[in-house]
Amino acid sequence: MSAEIAQDHEASFTAILEQCHTAAVDAGIPDSHSLPEGFSGTLGYFPVYFPDEIAHAAGLLPVNILGGGNKLEMKHADARMGSFVCSICRSTTELGLNGTLQSLSAFVTHPICDAAKHLAGIWSRNLPDQGAEILYLPQNPNSPGAARYVAAEYQRLRAELARKVGHPISDAAIRSSTRLYNRKRRLMRDLYQIRRDEPWKLSCSESYMLVRAGTRISCEQHIELLEQALDAIRHRHVVAQDKPRVLFVGGFCEQPPLEMLETIDDVCFVVDDDLLIGQRWLTEDVPEDAGDPVWALAESYIQRSNASPVQHDERKPKDQYLMAMLRAANADAVILTAAKFCEPGLDDQLFWSKDLDEAGVQYLVLEFEEKMTSFEQMSMQVETFAESLLFALA
Amino acid sequence: MTTAIVEVPSVRTSNAPARQAVWTPFNARDEGQRLFKEWYASLEQANERKEPVANVFVMGNAIEILRSFDFHMVFPEINSLQTGVRKTSAEFIRVSEDYGMSPDVCSYVKADMGMMLKEEEHPTGKIPRPDISVSSNMCGTFIKWAEIWERRYKMPSFVLDLPGQRTSNWVVRPGDAQHSADSRWVEDQFKDLIAKCEKITGKRFDIDRLAEIQGRVNQMVIHWNNVMELNRMCPAPYNAMLDGLTYIGIMNVYRGTVEGVDFMRRLEEDIRAKVARGEGRVPEERFRLLFSGTPCYVSMRRLVELFESWGGVFAYSDYLTFAAGGMDAAELLYDTSRPLESLAEVTALAAQRGLSNQFFAHERMEKQIHDYGVDGVVFHGIKSCRFVSAGMADTRDYISKRLGIPTLYIESDLIDPRYWSDAQIKNRVDAFFEALQQRVGAGPMRGREVPTRTGCAL
Repeated sequence: MSAEIAQDHEASFTAILEQCHTAAVDAGIPDSHSLPEGFSGTLGYFPVYFPDEIAHAAGLLPVNILGGGNKLEMKHADARMGSFVCSICRSTTELGLNGTLQSLSAFVTHPICDAAKHLAGIWSRNLPDQGAEILYLPQNPNSPGAARYVAAEYQRLRAELARKVGHPISDAAIRSSTRLYNRKRRLMRDLYQIRRDEPWKLSCSESYMLVRAGTRISCEQHIELLEQALDAIRHRHVVAQDKPRVLFVGGFCEQPPLEMLETIDDVCFVVDDDLLIGQRWLTEDVPEDAGDPVWALAESYIQRSNASPVQHDERKPKDQYLMAMLRAANADAVILTAAKFCEPGLDDQLFWSKDLDEAGVQYLVLEFEEKMTSFEQMSMQVETFAESLLFALA
Repeated sequence: MTTAIVEVPSVRTSNAPARQAVWTPFNARDEGQRLFKEWYASLEQANERKEPVANVFVMGNAIEILRSFDFHMVFPEINSLQTGVRKTSAEFIRVSEDYGMSPDVCSYVKADMGMMLKEEEHPTGKIPRPDISVSSNMCGTFIKWAEIWERRYKMPSFVLDLPGQRTSNWVVRPGDAQHSADSRWVEDQFKDLIAKCEKITGKRFDIDRLAEIQGRVNQMVIHWNNVMELNRMCPAPYNAMLDGLTYIGIMNVYRGTVEGVDFMRRLEEDIRAKVARGEGRVPEERFRLLFSGTPCYVSMRRLVELFESWGGVFAYSDYLTFAAGGMDAAELLYDTSRPLESLAEVTALAAQRGLSNQFFAHERMEKQIHDYGVDGVVFHGIKSCRFVSAGMADTRDYISKRLGIPTLYIESDLIDPRYWSDAQIKNRVDAFFEALQQRVGAGPMRGREVPTRTGCAL
């Protein structure tokens, strides 16, 4: 490949990443003036998972509300939530109370933890016109009847969204949305395959930004962007550096600051992670020509889905799925993170460290907050960890 | 679906006790302690005798099914709170934090973890290892806690998924389409749980046994609802956050048993007799209060004393509802002619009206403030329990500003003594009463009219 073409791809990839950053971080929630074509409003949802296809089929742009990052000034939420509540719940409350989310047509939260469930109550007391609801995705996906229950919840959601948009949501529309989202998920799986096979071509922070852009733009736009990015990445000419291969876990809900991921990228190849796991929750294509497209989504949620600390599933014990991730990614070590005050994350962090001790796998324990702004100390910890790994692996 | 659910009958229409009270000597505290000792003693040899043991929580636990298989019930929440009451929690928490548990997670879990690390040695005796655990999604921590047992004891942890209140002003009535759909899902899970219990115990499920247990639960619930309603009297015959804690302990541990029915029956009689005598918990009741949140078991007596010294009594606490499974809020009894279906229907309704409505706490609280003639609301926020505490400051803001009810917010913990600051809490309580005094006056309230209630009877 000529140096000129490689440079073109590099420039194109840099431009795509800038576009992603603008969409995911700088642009804010699309309002009626900036909505992509074909959408009449936005539906905001709290992590982890939401069936985007149903909102998309209703003509509502699904927007994953991922907290306020490290530049949000807290003016209201500190007085409304205890000091012991995690940053993402507090900043989401702030975004609701300061009007940032006022353009949302609806807001949905989930029973992933108790603080997240309280968001619906806070919304009902302070933003009654916007409305908020808890989508009770089951914490028992193992009993017979789980898929039927999820399908019933999705049908309830479908009816409510139809009422909001003022027209029915047809099966054909849901099938069409499913086809699109299947394509998008395939592209994201490709990204992660590159991370595992040739991690020098795509860093964790780059991949993260590519996925995160999809939480604010339409599925159609995201597919186009991912296709361009994948083409550029595959043509990237990057020399593999000598870095340890690590797994990153703890980013399933509250998002670590981008600077933290960049700090890790500097000295490690992050070959797999659970960042924005809800965007990649369904692990295989949802059947596209199913008689009942809602059933197909529900059944996929139960049968072909990922794992996280906030989903109980007896088929995926926490220790086993971490080890499976480690093996599949051929990682040497794990960076075990947890968001401050995140009880599910903190519990798993400890017990995973015990599992890794037992298995003789090295790990680094880190605690983060989305609002962190100083990374010097963390940088030193990660650097020391990477050096010790290289020494041990040499 | 049939709607042949027995609704709790409403028979009382005035403030006066519904029937002539027959008073027999009964000391609820002593009797409660005796029953607790017996329960703990029964647990000690369970493993050696190869009797099945289940770890369960107070919210969403399917005790009726487990009891029909003769499981011993271990309540790890109660074990943990007992370490607080017995002033030994600090040591258990220290052991678990030394092991690596975060200071930012539930202290009940940490006390239990400490106990596991001490080979299940508890101040009350040896706690048996479970053969199964039943948790529910009502509290996120339950699930993580059960996963710890799963690792340690290598046994199944069954998570009962209860579809909760989805949104504000959520109206679900027995037999409507939503309730039917939710009940069906709960029933599916019960069938799965029954299959697991059959496998563990080697026994066949006996539906008549379940009906028998449900009949006893019904009796307990009727007495319990009446006990709660009797505290709408002025003066309040008991303190919801002191005496009430013993009552719900028995409601949970002895649910569905002969002893439980007997305790609750005698408790109701005793409280009715107190009401008939005009006897209040506080000699000169001056302020009627609602306590929202969990107790601080390490210093509960002290906390109550701070309030009672001002003539303040906790007439009601939402703790008495959610920590007793939400049964009073369901306003339903089991239809023992359809045991399993009815168990699912009542469980689903209790989860929505009495447990998950905690996330929309202002809705029910508004009614309780009215029903119990409450002058002020005390919120107790704790890091250990985000289920009750995460939205509490916002609820407080709503109650103060929208309803104009005086409120107090204090922070400590369930059982971690490091979070109890006596001087700070006393200052806040005193300031609260000074403000309350200016608002409602300083005189005693005996005989004050409290809204007329409906009640229920056997």
